[in-house]
Amino acid sequence: MTSLSFQLAHTLPELILAAGALVLLLLGAYKSTKGDWIISELAIGLLGIAFLTLFAPLDGKALIWDGAFIDDAFSRFMKGLALIGALASLLLSREYMAREKIDQFEFPVLILLATVGMMMLISAQNLIGLYLGLELMSLALYVVAAFHRDNLRASEAGLKYFVLGALSSGMLLYGSSLLYGFAGTISFTGIAEAIRGEVSIGVIFGLVFLLSGLAFKMSMVPFHMWTPDVYEGAPTPVTAFFASAPKMAAVAITLRIIITAFPGVTTQWQQIIVFMSILSMALGSFAAIGQTNLKRLMAYSSIGHMGFAMVGLVSGTQQGVYGVLIYMAIYLAMTLGTFAALLSMRVGDKYVETISDLAGLSRNRGGMAFLLAMLMLSLAGIPPLAGFFAKLYVFQPAIQAGFYWLAVIGVLLSVVSTFYYLRIVKVIYFDQPAANFDPVQREVTGVLWVASFVVLMFWIYPAPVLNAAANAAKSLF
Amino acid sequence: MFGFGILTGLIVLPLIGAGFILSLQGDDEATRRNARWAALITTVLTFVLSLVAWSRFDIANPGFQLIEQKAWLGDTILYKLGVDGISMPFVLLTTFLVPFCIAASWESINTRVREYMIAFLVLETLMIGVFAALDLVLFYVFFEGGLIPMFLIIGIWGGKWRIYASFKFFLYTLAGSLLMLLAIFAMYGVAGTTDIVTLLKTSFPVDMQKYLWLAFFASFAVKMPMWPVHTWLPDAHVEAPTAGSVILAGILLKMGGYGFLRFSLPMFPDASQYFAPMVFTLSIIAIIYTSLVALVQEDMKKLIAYSSVAHMGFVTMGIFAFNQQGVQGAVFQMVSHGLVSGALFLCVGVIYDRIHTREIAAYGGLVKRMPLYAVAMMVFTMANVGLPGTSGFVGEFLTLVGAFNANSWVALFATTGVILSAAYALFLYRRIIFGVLDKPALASIQDLSMREIALLAPLLVLTIYYGVQPGPILEACNASVTLLVKNFDTALAVTKTAALALH
Repeated sequence: MTSLSFQLAHTLPELILAAGALVLLLLGAYKSTKGDWIISELAIGLLGIAFLTLFAPLDGKALIWDGAFIDDAFSRFMKGLALIGALASLLLSREYMAREKIDQFEFPVLILLATVGMMMLISAQNLIGLYLGLELMSLALYVVAAFHRDNLRASEAGLKYFVLGALSSGMLLYGSSLLYGFAGTISFTGIAEAIRGEVSIGVIFGLVFLLSGLAFKMSMVPFHMWTPDVYEGAPTPVTAFFASAPKMAAVAITLRIIITAFPGVTTQWQQIIVFMSILSMALGSFAAIGQTNLKRLMAYSSIGHMGFAMVGLVSGTQQGVYGVLIYMAIYLAMTLGTFAALLSMRVGDKYVETISDLAGLSRNRGGMAFLLAMLMLSLAGIPPLAGFFAKLYVFQPAIQAGFYWLAVIGVLLSVVSTFYYLRIVKVIYFDQPAANFDPVQREVTGVLWVASFVVLMFWIYPAPVLNAAANAAKSLF
Repeated sequence: MFGFGILTGLIVLPLIGAGFILSLQGDDEATRRNARWAALITTVLTFVLSLVAWSRFDIANPGFQLIEQKAWLGDTILYKLGVDGISMPFVLLTTFLVPFCIAASWESINTRVREYMIAFLVLETLMIGVFAALDLVLFYVFFEGGLIPMFLIIGIWGGKWRIYASFKFFLYTLAGSLLMLLAIFAMYGVAGTTDIVTLLKTSFPVDMQKYLWLAFFASFAVKMPMWPVHTWLPDAHVEAPTAGSVILAGILLKMGGYGFLRFSLPMFPDASQYFAPMVFTLSIIAIIYTSLVALVQEDMKKLIAYSSVAHMGFVTMGIFAFNQQGVQGAVFQMVSHGLVSGALFLCVGVIYDRIHTREIAAYGGLVKRMPLYAVAMMVFTMANVGLPGTSGFVGEFLTLVGAFNANSWVALFATTGVILSAAYALFLYRRIIFGVLDKPALASIQDLSMREIALLAPLLVLTIYYGVQPGPILEACNASVTLLVKNFDTALAVTKTAALALH
């Protein structure tokens, strides 16, 4: 049995956020008036503090709460990414929420609760922990998706997300119970022990259902249907949040469960991941070509990117996990930067949503046009931008492990996806200027600049990200 | 400085210039002038610095020189630079040509001058990086990164079909290069490093070599460009602004040939030998077919673009002859073509700036109004044809000698290409320069201005100088090429003995 102080030290970030969310809820219920920014500011502060506590000098791995929760370098890395995503989304939300008149205090509280769920999910070390974290995250996300409740599209998005999300939770639960039934334990390491050697068909079924549920959260084909509608319908800062933080958590738990619980059934899960990865890359590349709405385009782009990230996992090696971690870190910067750019383009009260609105942006807002163009080229994976290195680190282990066809298909599909990213660059630079945009608040510009800085300058000094990711990947094996 | 060498200086210097231009504000005439001058001064300084590097370069040493190395992505992927006799001429060619591009855009580019100059300076950095990189991943970053500024140059300042051309250029090249990237990973898996010097000493299994060779070929053949993946080039050339065409023909195409020499031949000798007949066939088709296509073109730039494809056919033919003459001839041909085709595009730019059409039928009888121009155009056309006494002759001759030694049939077919090139080049010259000057638009056309004379004169002098005195370029690459051919023969001999031992 571990001491209470030990448990507290290793769950400090979660505790801060959970307790903080409750306090903010009370504070909001008593004090807050509409349009009050203070709750958001406090939430941002809490997220910042939680982020800093991740750097606490704690030693190695700590398995607490009867093996339900693990604190290791891997979880700290992914929690860091999820926290950055949540924090940036809150920064982006302020002006938008005020203009749309939906700046209620519940929003930051819900974001905090979702973030606690993500962190539990990232640290889950058994099936119960996984489900608890997942549901805490999802419930909060269903609500924020429909946060703009007077808006038809937003409520539709929320409802759609809820119904499909519930379905996926059901599949995940069904898979979990199958696994429990056939392996006789809920602990990940226990499952790995139990299925060593002979593999029963029940475990395989459990694995399939479990991965289906997780694929839904990662929005991988064929469980992606909700993504375009939710991305388009939800308020843009919420979309930015959906595209960043929950993705990190879902990818983290997928990596963890596959690596720790299923080393005995490698060939089986590899088939599933290869299949989903190829389909996601293909759909992400082809379906985005015809899109005119930028948020919808980003939805397809994110589906494609999840496919690319999973190429790294396919090898099942430490090198592969390392690649996925780097991919997620860089993807986070690119996606936050892109949404910050979308949120900094506004004519009157209307935010830019279609590609043609960007026409000739380079004439009116040279700096931002340049950053957005670079973000697009980075998403396409063109060196020397960060997106290239992300692809580098996931394709390399796949080649090493002998998945040549997967890699060839992957790069050819990435050429296809380059087409629609280039189309945006083309609209920005080659077309005749359209309307001029109104100035925006500092936070949004700040997020844009920081994210773009990471994307543009990654190649000069990549060591910090690489080292952190290497540490994190090592702790998983 | 700061532990970095002169090659890093060459790479960083244009970036500093670009940073300075970025800091200029406004879009008035003064800013434009400052941007132009800043770009010109930067590129001239870069050229001077590359001459310093050249003076420190020992041509007797066949290995890599001016090496610098830093940890980059972990311990196995390095920031490593260095040059040898094969890459040094290309570094010099790059730094030499870019100032001409800036000067050629002096009056013809009037919109978004700042962005234009920045794009060119960044492009120069990336081009020098390609030739100086001694790490495969670093090479790839530079190789591929060059697409971004070129895409913008064609797309923003290009002609009527610029968007189509820029997309085609980008996607074609990207598709080829990404396959090469996968091959790089596979090589990393075998050797555990992407250091080019180590990889040159690594021998890859023969079966694997074939796949790796094909992947690299996909990239370089598109870049070169070889028939049948050349179709992006005429579009890109026609739509690009003059300086863009100069860089495209002068430097970017040479990256393909350089890639064959640096990677395909020394790293995959068995596969190169195995695929040589295919390359010969494609080269011959390129030489004959594109020369015929050039004959019927009505657009000047398109004609020169097709002639570039034909000339690059000589280069690939020379490289895959695997002997001293062929490879040296290929290097010479690339440098010479860089000067000559660059100059030809400048010549087209000169009259395009005046009349704003590239259609051959719109011209005729220019010699009456533009005697100086007619002389310059004459020299470059002759060099393009490969007339003895111009630099074009030396390259074509050496590659043909090399090919003849390897396979006389190849040389036979390739030589017919020389005849065809004379046909289309002279035909072009006659239609533009001679004939009756009856077009009203041409009645008051002005001869070369001082700026244009300053632009064309150095290229003209070099074209003739290297035609009579090819020594400097040949000596520069001699030691490295000798080593390359020797290693290639040794590697083949080893495989042969191994194969014999098995039987």
